[in-house]
Amino acid sequence: MAHRSPDGPEPVLATRRKGLRDFRIYVGVVIIAVWGLAPFYWMVVTAFRDPDYTFDVTPWPTHLTTENFRNALSTSSGNNFPRALGNSMIIGGASTLVALAIGIFAAYALARMTFRGKYIVVGLVLGASMFPVVALVTPLFQLFTDIGWIGQYQALIIPNISFVLPLTVYTLTSFFSELPWELEEAARIDGASRAQAFRLVMLPLAAPALFTTAILAFIASVNEFLLASQLSSDKTEPVTVAIARFSGNDPHVVPYAAIMAAGTIVTIPLVIMVLLFQRRIISGLTAGGVKS
Amino acid sequence: MPVSAGEASGAEPDIAAAGSKPPGRGSGKSGTARRRPLGGRNAWLLIAPVLIALAVVIGYPVVRAVIMSFTKDAGLDENTGMFTDGGSAGFSNYTHWLFQQCPSVTGEMVSCPPGTLGSQFWAAVGTTLFFTVVTVALEAGIGLWMAVVMGKSFRGRALLRAAVLIPWAIPTAVTAKLWYFIFSYEGIANKALGTHLLWTSDAWPARSAVIIADVWKTTPFMALLILAGLQMIPHDVYEAARVDGASAWQRFTQITLPLVKPALLVAILFRTMDALRMYDLPWILTGNNPATRTISVLVVQQVRQGFNSASALSTITFVLIFIVAFFLVKVLGANAVRTQEDQRKWAK
Amino acid sequence: MRLTTRSLLPRVVVTATAVALLAATGCSSDSDSGNSASSHTTDRGPITYVEGKDTTETGVVKQLVEVWNADHPDEKVTFKEQSNDADQAHDDFVQHLQAKQSDYDLMALDVVWTAEFAAKGWLQPLKDSFALDTATLLAPTVASATYNNTLYAAPKNTNGGLLFYRKDLVPTAPATWAEMMGECAVAKTNNIGCYAGQYAPYEGLTVNTAEAINSHGGAFVGADGKTPTVDSPQSRAGLASLVDAYKNGNIPPQAITFKEPESQQAFEDGQLLFLRNWPYVYGTAAKDSSAVKGKYGVAPLPGVNGVGTSTLGGYNVGINPFSEHKATAMDFLRFLTSEKAQRIIAEGSLPPVLGSLYDDPALVAEMPYLPALKESIANAVPRPVTPFYPAVSKAVQDNAYAALKGEKSVDQAIIDMQAGIESAGQ
Repeated sequence: MAHRSPDGPEPVLATRRKGLRDFRIYVGVVIIAVWGLAPFYWMVVTAFRDPDYTFDVTPWPTHLTTENFRNALSTSSGNNFPRALGNSMIIGGASTLVALAIGIFAAYALARMTFRGKYIVVGLVLGASMFPVVALVTPLFQLFTDIGWIGQYQALIIPNISFVLPLTVYTLTSFFSELPWELEEAARIDGASRAQAFRLVMLPLAAPALFTTAILAFIASVNEFLLASQLSSDKTEPVTVAIARFSGNDPHVVPYAAIMAAGTIVTIPLVIMVLLFQRRIISGLTAGGVKS
Repeated sequence: MPVSAGEASGAEPDIAAAGSKPPGRGSGKSGTARRRPLGGRNAWLLIAPVLIALAVVIGYPVVRAVIMSFTKDAGLDENTGMFTDGGSAGFSNYTHWLFQQCPSVTGEMVSCPPGTLGSQFWAAVGTTLFFTVVTVALEAGIGLWMAVVMGKSFRGRALLRAAVLIPWAIPTAVTAKLWYFIFSYEGIANKALGTHLLWTSDAWPARSAVIIADVWKTTPFMALLILAGLQMIPHDVYEAARVDGASAWQRFTQITLPLVKPALLVAILFRTMDALRMYDLPWILTGNNPATRTISVLVVQQVRQGFNSASALSTITFVLIFIVAFFLVKVLGANAVRTQEDQRKWAK
Repeated sequence: MRLTTRSLLPRVVVTATAVALLAATGCSSDSDSGNSASSHTTDRGPITYVEGKDTTETGVVKQLVEVWNADHPDEKVTFKEQSNDADQAHDDFVQHLQAKQSDYDLMALDVVWTAEFAAKGWLQPLKDSFALDTATLLAPTVASATYNNTLYAAPKNTNGGLLFYRKDLVPTAPATWAEMMGECAVAKTNNIGCYAGQYAPYEGLTVNTAEAINSHGGAFVGADGKTPTVDSPQSRAGLASLVDAYKNGNIPPQAITFKEPESQQAFEDGQLLFLRNWPYVYGTAAKDSSAVKGKYGVAPLPGVNGVGTSTLGGYNVGINPFSEHKATAMDFLRFLTSEKAQRIIAEGSLPPVLGSLYDDPALVAEMPYLPALKESIANAVPRPVTPFYPAVSKAVQDNAYAALKGEKSVDQAIIDMQAGIESAGQ
């Protein structure tokens, strides 16, 4: 991608200036790397450190132990972190699936079709994506209390759709509009129906886009805290709420180290996902973001 | 110039603009412009599920909140000590927040005393706007710098991009707990700085803590959005400028900045909307600290003190954010379009 | 953006659809709850007892249930354990009661929820055939379960503040606040903090402020339990005692971030001479990880001229008015306040509500803080028993917090507190 770099290749003569420039770039690179990694690193170091040395400032790992992880996963002190992890999977997974299942049709229509009122739909979707979830808390809390839904999964999945769905629609729309739709046309000329053309020809091509959108939607859903903190019970609370409420073996001690371990447990799979799909995630983020 | 900026930015699909274009965006290259018009009723059928879903999860609660906001919260019957329904409230739930009017013991309206939620509305609005302006400004500035650095060619660029995605990927609640630990009294922030600050309690340290944590988490996201915009700038433009003898700073201010402006403005718009609803960070990091109480925190505190009054507050919050969004879209949106048009002219 | 008027029509249509959809789901769960609040007063049968996570080491609730079930094979009690998060437990109750469900027969309520539940008609009044003999129970605990002159719940266990002190540094506990402040010189020479309670802006600050104000003879509300009376010279003196100590450093600056865990941690790290906390610290400070193991004593809170006034914690147990086996539920309440049950509670390190147990030699040998606690609770004042407790508590903590931080004067804080309590629930 070097040829796309804004400053481009240097003239051969300016080697000294190039040296200085390289130096400046690498200082910047180091600063950015430290920015991204240092707090995360500190969380992991603390998570693996004996809780008696939690406030030790030695920058490298010392007093290694897995005790914090055992504490974080233990259910003896009223926490149930494994269950919270499962809940996040269920809530995040269900919201993502629902959003994809209905969002894909709208994205297809928005990317492929011309119709009156398209602007309104686009505006609605964008507006919904900026909608403050806090405005949903009161009516939903009251409604779900009335119908006995507080602490049930649907009470957490349904509100999540309010922000996962717009995100899904606009990310998919921008992905779809970049697909080579002439292939679909070709399939239709060969006698396929519109649905067949979409399913047999376009869907396989769109699979990476769907996958990326699913990752983004899932991460957004798992990140949600406000609604979950108000609408969940101990049985259905996701990891964000569990971490915020985490209490230790002794209910009266702040279990910093165990919280850092719990944070590490949540973060590691996400970090692995980010490392594996870095390119896709960035293209997905910018697809939805740069172009509204 | 072989590549026009117009075509370069045409590669960034613009879903708002999508509607204005003929079907099949790549029509130039693929030659499918003869395609018969698609859409109409079928399009609405495909879109209906999304609209219905949004109506259920957003429209219905909003309508319900508006209706509730005109009902009084249950009050006590003086004789029995039991709750009775409040009846119609008119606009009193709204004046309660907007003019900070509370009923006194004698029943007349007085200004809400300190220590009631009603007295904290405008302070919370101020705090929210303050956080929004400061974090978005910092994020845009630092993000732009990061994007420029990340746009250069160096080894391990992919790794660096993955690294900056980490703060974005960590759930905000975990981020808040992480910084809560870093900023605890005995934590590494105080030890590294040699200070004895009460990061989560004192007003300015607490505000700084929230800002630092937020900027840490979201600047990389901003940087990546800006970077995507940067990469749309054709390399030839720089080449030409260099030939003309422009310095690096001139190239930045005269080429990079104007060309990246649309991407930057959109990123700012998205971030502003996000910052206005900030809840997780201030709440988990600093708890019930008045210095960091945003509107969202206020709404959640009110929910258990009275649904109907809370409904009025969340409706006000919604309208407030809506107004800000409206102005931003008008101002920034117009700005972005104008810049894009300028670029096109300029590139030809 | 959803701005244009053109977008209005489709929205109205879909909203209507949505309303229909949600209404459909809503109706189905309402229909199965046809209980009337006045029935089943003499009915017996199995019941469910609901309480938040039982964190006692001995498993108090489990023991209570086992003892009861052994004697009542036809009226067995099942323990339903809620979350260990108070808000979640509260919301769980609200939800079941709002739907008039009968499945939670007995509910263990934090003392500060009792009035709210009573005023909403969610507790069976304990009068007539439901009368409970409270003569042997500690009076303040009964007051905490009484709303509008009616008893609505049975006190189950209580809690009171205690003063923990470093007996290796000060041989005897200070009897008064002034004496304690005088001993702060000892803390200074040892280079540790002198005194701390809990001053972060949360319920704990309300408790600490209440103790300071009550100890000086002030009160949040008058004898009727309603009229706000906090604007008094006594209250000013009480709040001023905390504010002055914070200003002159006798209360260390970081104490403004303290909740129970942080303050306990500071004491156990040897960083505090005196600590105000709940009785549980007596056990945790004796652990190996504590730097003050064997070096601390416990005493009632110091007041102006002697023992100070503690704020009451603890739980009350009420009967669900929609319960189908209220007679059994009432019997279980009587059992809960019996000596047999109260002893099980005390053995789990929860302060009992039965006065006589505090002098019980066997229990005192096990929990040497009991005499101090008895004194503390005998002098205790319940927090205002009002359905609007959250608003009252907020008025107290926000203004006390501002006064501690020097953002407003003690006078102003008290005036604002009074106004804030007045406007709560108007």
